[in-house]
Amino acid sequence: MRQSYQDIVSKNSPKENVFINAIIAFISGGVMGVIGQFLIDGYTVWFDISTKEATVCMLVTLIFLSCLFTSLGFFDKLVNFCKCGLIIPITGFAHAMMSAALEFRKEGLVTGIGMNMFKLSGAVIIFGVVSSFVFSVIRMVVGLI
Amino acid sequence: MIYLKAFVFAGAFCALAQIILDKTKLTPGHITVIFVVLGAFLDVFNIYDRFVLWAGGGALVPILSFGHNLTHGALQGYNSDGVLGLFSGTLDLTAAGISAAIIFSFFMALIFEPKD
Repeated sequence: MRQSYQDIVSKNSPKENVFINAIIAFISGGVMGVIGQFLIDGYTVWFDISTKEATVCMLVTLIFLSCLFTSLGFFDKLVNFCKCGLIIPITGFAHAMMSAALEFRKEGLVTGIGMNMFKLSGAVIIFGVVSSFVFSVIRMVVGLI
Repeated sequence: MIYLKAFVFAGAFCALAQIILDKTKLTPGHITVIFVVLGAFLDVFNIYDRFVLWAGGGALVPILSFGHNLTHGALQGYNSDGVLGLFSGTLDLTAAGISAAIIFSFFMALIFEPKD
């Protein structure tokens, strides 16, 4: 009985095709990279600014679009389809923040949005800052020797 | 040509993350954190700067560059202001991204109703 139950489970559970998922992530992530490069090139030409400023503008644009599409409702479906192709680019960070803010907006401005906005994306900032501090200290010590 | 490099670089890291996600029990949150830490590590000996020169936007869009900017800012602060710069410089380069995400999320959460 138990054996047959597990047979049924393994037969009916959706198969995660690692190869196809990786290809989808490769293509969608690559497209994000191309969009980023295109925006950097575009901003340097259109607004006549340096590459560094154009990079900041590009990141802000992508964050804005990601927030907008998440609140319009169809970015979740895109993320479910592309998975890491949209989670690893900066859009994933903005998407995590936006969906947390939307999810808890019912509970009020301070207790809802304010306290929960960093629920998912806080880990990125915390581990980023802590690890960069540790690595900087190591680099500092190495530089002193 | 830079577009092809950007495509390959960003795509390769996304595919790598996807394979890790499928093969292990880690959640997307773990994956993002791993990549941020990896990016912070790659900046220590300026390896990531070479990636940025090579792939342009392809290296700036992934979350790796967030970690890279954190370490870069901290080291930049250390070089200009000493030990205090480690603290004041860390968020220097990423401040725009974090602030933008907070501001846009806040106002859009006020405007839009959540769609199930």
